[in-house]
Amino acid sequence: VNAPRPALDHAVPHESAALHVGGTARYTDDLPVPADTVHGALGCAGLAHARIDDLDLSAVRAAPGVVDVLVAADLPGANNYGGIVHDDPLLADGLVVYEGQPLFLVLARSHREARVAARLARVRATALPALLSIDAAIAASSWVLPPVEVRRGDAEAAIAAAPHRLDGRCAVGGQDHFYLEGQVALAVPQDDGGVWVHASTQHPTEVQHVVAEALGLPAAAVRVECRRMGGGFGGKESQPALFAALAAVAARRLDRAVKLRADRDDDMRITGKRHPFQADWTAGFDDAGRLLGLTVVLASDCGCSADLSGPVNDRALAHLDNAYWLPNLFARSLRCRTNTVSNTAFRGFGGPQGMFVIEAVIDAVARTLGRDPLDVRRANLYGTTEHNVTHYGQVIRDNVLPVVIDRLVRQADYPARRAAVDAFNRAGGLLRRGLALTPVKFGISFNAPHLNQAGALLHLYTDGSLLINHGGTEMGQGLYTKVAQVVARVFDVPPSAVRVSAADTHRVPNTSATAASSGSDLNGMAALDAARALRGRLASLVAGLWHVPADAVTWHGGAAHATAGGAPRTMALAEIARHAHLARVSLSAQGYYRTPDIHWDPKAFRGHPFYYFAYGAALAEVAIDTLTGEHRLLAVDIVHDVGASLNPAIDLGQIEGGFVQGLGWLTSEELVWDAAGRLATHAPSTYKIPTAGDLPPRLRVELLPDSPNRADTIHRSKAVGEPPLMLALSVYHALRDAVASLAPRGVPVALRAPATPEAVLTAVDAARAAAAGRR
Amino acid sequence: MAATTSPERPIRFVVDGRAVAVTDAPASATLLEWLREAHGATGTKEGCAEGDCGACTVVLARRDADGVLRAEPCNACIRLLATVDGCAVLTVQGLGGAHPVQQAMVACHGSQCGFCTPGFVMAMTARLATGPVRDDADAHRALAGNLCRCTGYRPIVAALHEASAVLHAPVQPAGAAGFPSAPAADDAAGDGAPPGLPDWVAQRCPAPDPQPLAFARDGACWESPTDAARVDALLAASPEAWLLAGGTDIGLWVTKQLRTPARWVWLGAVAELGTVRVAADAIDVGAAVSLADAFAAFDGEWPELARYWSRFASPAIRASGTLVGNLANGSPIGDAAPVLIALGATVVLRRAGRRGPRRRTLALESLYRDYRVQDRVPGEWIERVRVPRRVPGQRVAAFKVSKRFEQDISGVSLALSLREAGGALADVRVAAGGLAATVRRAPSAEAVLVGGAPLRAAFERAAEALERDFRPIDDLRASARYRLQAAQGLLQRAWHLHWGDAGAPVTVDGWLPAEPAYVRSAR
Repeated sequence: VNAPRPALDHAVPHESAALHVGGTARYTDDLPVPADTVHGALGCAGLAHARIDDLDLSAVRAAPGVVDVLVAADLPGANNYGGIVHDDPLLADGLVVYEGQPLFLVLARSHREARVAARLARVRATALPALLSIDAAIAASSWVLPPVEVRRGDAEAAIAAAPHRLDGRCAVGGQDHFYLEGQVALAVPQDDGGVWVHASTQHPTEVQHVVAEALGLPAAAVRVECRRMGGGFGGKESQPALFAALAAVAARRLDRAVKLRADRDDDMRITGKRHPFQADWTAGFDDAGRLLGLTVVLASDCGCSADLSGPVNDRALAHLDNAYWLPNLFARSLRCRTNTVSNTAFRGFGGPQGMFVIEAVIDAVARTLGRDPLDVRRANLYGTTEHNVTHYGQVIRDNVLPVVIDRLVRQADYPARRAAVDAFNRAGGLLRRGLALTPVKFGISFNAPHLNQAGALLHLYTDGSLLINHGGTEMGQGLYTKVAQVVARVFDVPPSAVRVSAADTHRVPNTSATAASSGSDLNGMAALDAARALRGRLASLVAGLWHVPADAVTWHGGAAHATAGGAPRTMALAEIARHAHLARVSLSAQGYYRTPDIHWDPKAFRGHPFYYFAYGAALAEVAIDTLTGEHRLLAVDIVHDVGASLNPAIDLGQIEGGFVQGLGWLTSEELVWDAAGRLATHAPSTYKIPTAGDLPPRLRVELLPDSPNRADTIHRSKAVGEPPLMLALSVYHALRDAVASLAPRGVPVALRAPATPEAVLTAVDAARAAAAGRR
Repeated sequence: MAATTSPERPIRFVVDGRAVAVTDAPASATLLEWLREAHGATGTKEGCAEGDCGACTVVLARRDADGVLRAEPCNACIRLLATVDGCAVLTVQGLGGAHPVQQAMVACHGSQCGFCTPGFVMAMTARLATGPVRDDADAHRALAGNLCRCTGYRPIVAALHEASAVLHAPVQPAGAAGFPSAPAADDAAGDGAPPGLPDWVAQRCPAPDPQPLAFARDGACWESPTDAARVDALLAASPEAWLLAGGTDIGLWVTKQLRTPARWVWLGAVAELGTVRVAADAIDVGAAVSLADAFAAFDGEWPELARYWSRFASPAIRASGTLVGNLANGSPIGDAAPVLIALGATVVLRRAGRRGPRRRTLALESLYRDYRVQDRVPGEWIERVRVPRRVPGQRVAAFKVSKRFEQDISGVSLALSLREAGGALADVRVAAGGLAATVRRAPSAEAVLVGGAPLRAAFERAAEALERDFRPIDDLRASARYRLQAAQGLLQRAWHLHWGDAGAPVTVDGWLPAEPAYVRSAR
């Protein structure tokens, strides 16, 4: 890998920044459409679990502007968009398994006409008993996939022998992605019977497969393209295939372009969310709080189908350790089937929930012992040379957390802050303050090894301009910017000289989802491979022209250089390209990458699934109002490990943005279903993601300096998409710390998540009741 | 009784410098639908279609009755197209790409996915047209109506500060040419555009058209009467017509419930309803006065309520929405009614009579009979609301609790007004929202306080008495138990605010410890 070239390493802006701020960046709904384009809307079920006795669509068909209506029986091919288990019908076929499930697709001249018509269906249905909670599903042994168990050592014996023992239960809610651009697809029929689908998707290849199967076409007849998304966060990994496939089926049937865009309420009702989790645990520990044995029943609400719930729950299990060595562990993972929307990928992919559980255990242990939770966290940290094997058998070789935590404690002055907070709380008054430092260790790679591959295609045109295409998608994370930087560095041109084209299944096929934080690791390396191949070819050509060995050719400033016959020679890329074209040397290069050194045995839940780990730690301070439970984030300090950053501005944006998204998950974003299983929070009026006003007055983020990735990644950088989200656990624990100031020493805090004002006040009441009971 | 038909004319406005006359849009078309689907200006985005995410924000400029140009942020998604008649509409695509706000957003890395970005750019442009941004709290409030899911906001706030410094610098720096900076004080009502707005906004903003806007399309009629008598006549003829003021709730009936009326009557063109009159005994707010203008008048009288009003929706909603509309909407969780009931407001109801308008005056609390049931007869509408002026010794407080501080609908709100006279409390009025089917007073709590001294124990007893005044319900915003408990907390907070230890914090909202570790670093 090249040595870093500082001149090109600076924080270049997002490749589309000028288009974003000018309103000229085109998203799928902004693309010019053929004149006869029809617009779709979905008719959705109003019951959580029901048998459809009669679906009367006569009023829908008769509504103004309606062109066509499709039901399950109208689908020419597979009625499925479930990627792993084929259990997700595009349109319900007689059985409704969640409220909001699509029953039919109406197509009309305008979006509003389609939406109006979609509400005119007369549905006669027989309600069936609905499972609406994790506990109800457990009681009914209702699973989307069989339970999975992980065992290391003898947890029960270790607990029995431990000086202290504690039981607990904790729960954390789900989260809607709330990408600002909702689900949308535009399908344009092609003259050869194929279809060209523009979709807002993190996974063009899966959309291609689902569309092809729904139409009974070969994959090669389906082209899926995505230039950019208005946010993804995992919500556009498996979900877009539903919208794309229905649009494509309708487009072929009508031989007209079809746009299917979900308005916000439909989007939130129809599409999956982050999995809610709950855990019942028993811990055995010593006087320092070291966990000697731990048993956990880790149950998640997968909703009505499998979707990605298998790998999500696997990742939750694999992150049940977070940063801590668990010598004796027994964990049982329950993948509960309920009659709610099928939960799906969301930034962190089960990792946040696994870490939520172990951090709650650590906090409860610390409170029980009357110790500072930071001391207990440190006592349990993985070592660097010992105590460094995970519960799934991977040896951790890159643990920088001791350094990260020490640095954060020093820079944020934890001891003084702790003393100030404690003094404030002792003084009484209406407010209490809380402080917490939590670490993050997050495994990088898809758990399934075969997904860790990528392709790229680089073209040099005869005028010297460069075009890179790769399998990754741009959802705002800056992937296209980073890949352009990677290619630019090979030819030593500015990143703006490298054009990045839309993700397109006709250019780079068989791609993995842009997910698991892997975008720049995989596609950056594939692009580097392509760029080096092309440069090598050009170097040979130039060497031949100059009569020097190929390895004597160097590249600076977008030109080849060598000393030939004692004289310096230079040739710019455009001139080289023209020479190459005349000499019939290919100006295209394909790149390919597969992550080395990873393996995984899913049956044994053992292996080396992660190429490396990304680390970070956050210190958060809050204040709570003991009269109302309202709270405010006062200060956040973060040290985060991104290896040798490809683009510090983009990485900082990922850290801050991920942190604030995690803040929303844990404090204000409350999903509420009513007793009939209807989602009550399906728009921003009722579902509250953070606003600018939730920013803490002090927000200090440091990229861990001088810490190149030990693994041979793209320019020794580290993945940054998901790990920072989990830094927000510090806020949740700071809230627990504030509540704990009201409880007697030795009593753990019960605070549900999201920690809304109501949740905090409930915890305050419990803490005060415990204090009153103690007196 | 049939109202005479008004002559039709097109909807006329200027968008991004171009004058348009729209004759083919349905009466219920929104500005956003027209921009994206008819006009092809797709830079303005739909994120929620309910005025909560801000992706559709544009700047709306119009001349007020005095000819002064006013530029405001507007949620195009719920703004009906016909209401922009006579306005200049500035979208992100009309800014040119090199506007100081746009440059600052690029320089600060303020966009990631970019979908919310046009809305932020326009909210910032609207805010900076009114003056520089003072501090982070000011910036946060300016951006309260705009959601970003990618950045975590820090770089956007930084961009707002940076653009503010450029636009409001004493000397215009290079690179910002073509955009007027802050006008000299004597030009405040002049012909120039407000700072940062293109010159055409001032030059081409249409003068009010003397012919009222009226048209019928696809079986629905629209009329924008210019005098209140015409409103009476239209409502007398069609009591089922939808009377539209700001449209920040009715817009959602259109975009979310997909309902449309046969007849629209818009109050925004009635000049006499657009006034705030500060009389000796009352502040008198007309039916077309925006929330922002009403709150500005209240801020002069009760500055301690300013933070409460700043948490009312967002700048764009407060610019479009009206105070009277909020009261007429009559939601049990509306944020204006608790305060106005506590302040003793009355409403003036009017309808057509044989000899001119028939008016009656009602205490606001008497308007609300039951859930969404009001003491109004068909054809009767609220012309004005009158709020008695501050009296000597008056103490007021208003608080709301929601899941998020900025732009959230209250779980509970509570307002209090009382007078201290000779060591005893008098004229005690406590009103709450979110605790019953209507916003209403708390007679038991008031009875505990009245006549007694302002003691902490009295407020604690009054808080307990709220149990007898309200039987709240569970819903998505809060449980019944929490609603009551939080309301009790808020009533106690009122004591701490007015009579507690000076300097001791009474709310986390905006509070910071005094220690040096909490210096602001967002800049």
